[in-house]
Amino acid sequence: MPKEHVDRYEKLLEDEIPDFEHHEPERHGQLDISATVSAVSIHGWQQVAGIVAVAVIVIGGWELAVRLFEVPEFVFPTPSAILRALITSMPTLYEHFFITLGELLAGYVIGASLGLFLAAVLTQVPYLEKIITPYILLLITTPTIALVPLLMLRMGFTIWPRIVAVALASGPMVMINSVTGFRRTDLAKIALAKSYGATTFQIFAKIRFPLALPMINVGLLVGAIFGLITAVASDMIGGKMGLGNRIAYYSSLARMANFFAVILLVSLIGISIWIVMAAIGKRWASWEE
Amino acid sequence: MSTTVIDVQGVSKVYASARGPVHAIESFSMKIDEGEFVAIVGPSGCGKTTLLWGLTGLHPFTSGKALILGEPVGKPRRDVGIIFQQSNLLPWRNLMQNILFPLEIMKENLADYRARIKELLDGVELTGFENHYPRELSGGMQQRASIVRALSFDPKILLMDEPFGALDAYTRDEMDTLLLGIWKKTGKTIAFVTHRIEEAVYLANRVYVMTPRPANNSEIFDIDLPRPRPEGITMEDRYFKIVAEIKRKIVLDVEKQKRDGTYASQAYSTVT
Repeated sequence: MPKEHVDRYEKLLEDEIPDFEHHEPERHGQLDISATVSAVSIHGWQQVAGIVAVAVIVIGGWELAVRLFEVPEFVFPTPSAILRALITSMPTLYEHFFITLGELLAGYVIGASLGLFLAAVLTQVPYLEKIITPYILLLITTPTIALVPLLMLRMGFTIWPRIVAVALASGPMVMINSVTGFRRTDLAKIALAKSYGATTFQIFAKIRFPLALPMINVGLLVGAIFGLITAVASDMIGGKMGLGNRIAYYSSLARMANFFAVILLVSLIGISIWIVMAAIGKRWASWEE
Repeated sequence: MSTTVIDVQGVSKVYASARGPVHAIESFSMKIDEGEFVAIVGPSGCGKTTLLWGLTGLHPFTSGKALILGEPVGKPRRDVGIIFQQSNLLPWRNLMQNILFPLEIMKENLADYRARIKELLDGVELTGFENHYPRELSGGMQQRASIVRALSFDPKILLMDEPFGALDAYTRDEMDTLLLGIWKKTGKTIAFVTHRIEEAVYLANRVYVMTPRPANNSEIFDIDLPRPRPEGITMEDRYFKIVAEIKRKIVLDVEKQKRDGTYASQAYSTVT
């Protein structure tokens, strides 16, 4: 964070020479990938046709090449074999799919709401924020997956250690980005609200929170992706269920078509996350574009 | 005898800064009667904005007395509307939501104000733009919206801090004329800070000139131009004469301070 920003933030508390001029809220953050969140808007049939053409060429080329060079299926399966495997294994696979999805959703809801709540509270008390931030950074930089064996020791081979792992992976991501969002202070807008006699809570709800939304949106996306990674990886480590477990299982049997079918399901979750977050961003945070 | 609405008696304002205290205003006094349009001018960095912000109660004066309708300033008041240098619209709200913002904060019943706001929007030619977001509006439209926002809750007093300073010259002149129309129609009491003497003379009944920082009273000019003031008045000799007089006074003040060695460098030019 730039030094002058820290200074300005702290000045809020004192009666310093006020900055009467209007400033655009600063944009900066540990992970500013708002460009990713702002939806790719697809216009016109040419673009759609282009995207479809690429898919046809890649998938068709893959199919052709594998057949032409007679690559055995356990080395590299054809797209059609993957699709067949997906359809035939669906009756058993759907259970694993919903277990992983459940871990992800439960862990994410817990982690993200805690992260958001902590961010909102901590930024109101800069002193506290400074003390807590190093620990949050520690949580971010330590791969949560490393904790799963320990968690399993405590909670057994249930889905609970995985839910905790997802929460631990996604929460800090949501938090650190939300903190950046809540830190964006636009003194002119706060003064505006104050001039109408706004309470601290009104200022938070009507100025600080909307101002933070674009960064919260980024945090929610990054947190969900980290959550998905953690859910799949935890599946691989412990238990007999979940998509991660299936990935490990099929790869150990060299059943590559089934292996890729599971990967397809994982990307389906990932893409859904992106679509939901982009929709949220478009609805509530698009004013900044 | 009309009532005094704003009564400033020898106020001072000292800011803390890394290089020691900065005296922005030193015993400045001003009286504004009901329905008056008073402009405050002075060299840049002299403390005009500080004076206005002191009146809002958001950055209280260090010493002296400032009364609004007989009460010392402190808490934000419902009978005071502020218009800022920039329109300061909230980018995540459309124009209508922006205009309703103060009423929302004050927990008013919005339905009671619909008719009033519709009329105000008509008056500033913004009807039809209610659902537009600030980024879709021109600078002039944004500032017009911010005037409607300030008028939405029908304050008696308008404090305006270089409201048109960020606009281009033509839009600025249009806005001045528009403001005069609003003032004539509503009879608000207006304190208008500006660094453009031409604007001050065109708009105001009286112009308070501030000395360079630390600001105190330099001179008060009564503008005896007729009302209503057609825009053409800004082409007349009597108008130019007053503008020139005020400009001369400001230059003399600066020169005097430089001679006396009390002229502070305008390092804090953000405080204009």
